[in-house]
Amino acid sequence: MSSTTNSPTHHTSTIGSIGTPSRRNTELALLVFAVAIPVFAYANVGLAINEEVPSGLLSYGLGLGLLAGVAHLVVRKFAPYADPLLLPVATLLNGLGLVAIWRLDQSKYLQRAEQAGTAAPRQLLYTAMGIALFIVVLIFLKDHRVLQRYTYISMVGAIFLLLLPLVPGLGQNIYGAKIWISVAGFSIQPGEFAKIVLAIFFAGYLMVKRDALALASRRVLGLYLPRGRDLGPIIVVWIISILILVFETDLGTSLLFFGMFVIMLYVATERTSWIVFGMLMSAAGAVGVAQFESHVQQRVQAWLDPLKEYKLSQQGVVGHSEQAMQALWAFGSGGTLGTGWGQGHSELIKFAANSDFILATFGEELGLAGIMALLLLYGLIVERGVRTALAARDPFGKLLAIGLSGAFALQVFVVAGGVMGLIPLTGMTMPFLAYGGSSVIANWALIGILIRISDTARRPAPAPASNPDAEMTQVVRPS
Amino acid sequence: MSELTLTVMRLGFLAVLWLFVIVAVQVIRSDLFGTRVTQRGSRREAGRAQQAQRQQAPPQQRQQPAAAGRTRRNAPTKLVVSEGTLTGTTVALQGQTITLGRAHDSTIVLDDDYASSRHARIYPDRDGQWIVEDLGSTNGTYLDRSRLTTPTPIPLGAPIRIGKTVIELRK
Repeated sequence: MSSTTNSPTHHTSTIGSIGTPSRRNTELALLVFAVAIPVFAYANVGLAINEEVPSGLLSYGLGLGLLAGVAHLVVRKFAPYADPLLLPVATLLNGLGLVAIWRLDQSKYLQRAEQAGTAAPRQLLYTAMGIALFIVVLIFLKDHRVLQRYTYISMVGAIFLLLLPLVPGLGQNIYGAKIWISVAGFSIQPGEFAKIVLAIFFAGYLMVKRDALALASRRVLGLYLPRGRDLGPIIVVWIISILILVFETDLGTSLLFFGMFVIMLYVATERTSWIVFGMLMSAAGAVGVAQFESHVQQRVQAWLDPLKEYKLSQQGVVGHSEQAMQALWAFGSGGTLGTGWGQGHSELIKFAANSDFILATFGEELGLAGIMALLLLYGLIVERGVRTALAARDPFGKLLAIGLSGAFALQVFVVAGGVMGLIPLTGMTMPFLAYGGSSVIANWALIGILIRISDTARRPAPAPASNPDAEMTQVVRPS
Repeated sequence: MSELTLTVMRLGFLAVLWLFVIVAVQVIRSDLFGTRVTQRGSRREAGRAQQAQRQQAPPQQRQQPAAAGRTRRNAPTKLVVSEGTLTGTTVALQGQTITLGRAHDSTIVLDDDYASSRHARIYPDRDGQWIVEDLGSTNGTYLDRSRLTTPTPIPLGAPIRIGKTVIELRK
């Protein structure tokens, strides 16, 4: 240790209040709470439906608790200064999702469907895989800045993942949207993983290019108009998102990627004009594509007049779905305080009741009060992500954290907005709540990266590497 | 199962769910309500006090305890980036060396075309006085208006300019 750093202890005692404690014990306490709530819900569902405490209560509670405990220990070891909220909130959402899926498994309506009431054990398996990936991220990603090296590889990877569903024989067309691939009997949604990879690319790219994008601009009517040639990247991303919309006919994925790019562009350049441009471009694109793409048109119709759509579907007209209206009825019958776990009838939505429409189950059984709490929990995850971005000391980490939390927020908005009838419905899943392996696994990886960045950001600056010339340095003081 | 039990469980569950949200918000309370403001004078006064302390510093080196007490009251506790792309970033000063530059392993990674990869460092000397030293950068480090040539003590609140980035020490 050099003499300048090995100062007498009284200097370290002058640490201000902003010295960050690690807060791991806070995380542990919240985590216990976050496991207890789903266990309570599970018992509640069993009592309401079968009039007995479900036999799987112990194994289910232990399973979730074990996963959360292992994740906590890994965070304690490998990211001791990470944010204390991310892991417990994600665990709670995941646990509540498991309960809701199990509750829908109990329904007689859904037991005739192909999943035959086995969705919950599978979802628990996916959760285990997701937490395994979370642990892998924390152990092997020692420093998020390593990802910066893979900027352009990430671009290629993301485009590859996005194009996979279009490969003949591999891609699957499920109810009009081509966003799945089928590998060895598993349906995978590559878009969920592309989200993370694309955030890495955008962060690396914008970090290098942001000065050109921010500084070279003219000011017209209070807006900074970028030069024509600087519009290149945003136009390329826009075209790609339009292509996704046309070929995969999925509004949600398209909106998610373009929105994430615009958010990161805005954060990188501090120019409001990008947001204005982005919104105009995405609106123009969506309207343009809706002119000739029947699947998109149909979704827009169902959004504008769900009741008419419901009637057409009841009359047996092919290609119409009653789900949008049923979801609205589910929310309505839930009211303010809900019907209580297991006492709603959201299973009448049948297909996709436990994935795309799982929010309708929560809306009916927990009511407005429950939905608000859930949305606040999502808001907390996003807030911690943005906070991490603010605290990060390197531009790449800032952009990556804002990109990941922005994508997470957009996904929640797109799904919740779709189910509640605010925007046209899309084929995306509620992060952590909905049934689906890709979604759970990818979102655990996302939380893992955010925890890694927040650990780096909140960690007290490292003890300096011994600096051989420090001892030699003569401090010349003005007398 | 009786209606009453189920109603109690229904409301109980919502209460527990909201309790979690409230506890979680309490954990991040400081984000919402700001950090606790401690009593202090205006920055100019602090700067003057700092200067006064610096002038008295040499005689005090002999009497460590007194100096320690003084340092504790007037020492800066954080380094704040006040201009540039990293505006708003703070680093707690805890007796460690802070390196600035474009290199990825710097404490503060500058994204600035005018900064060198290892541009400058800020460290406490024996008395807890914070010193800024230019590490042979191309475009120099400026304390107030003067370019640094030697390691120089940093007065509280004095701007240190590196390229487009300005940092200062605050209490």
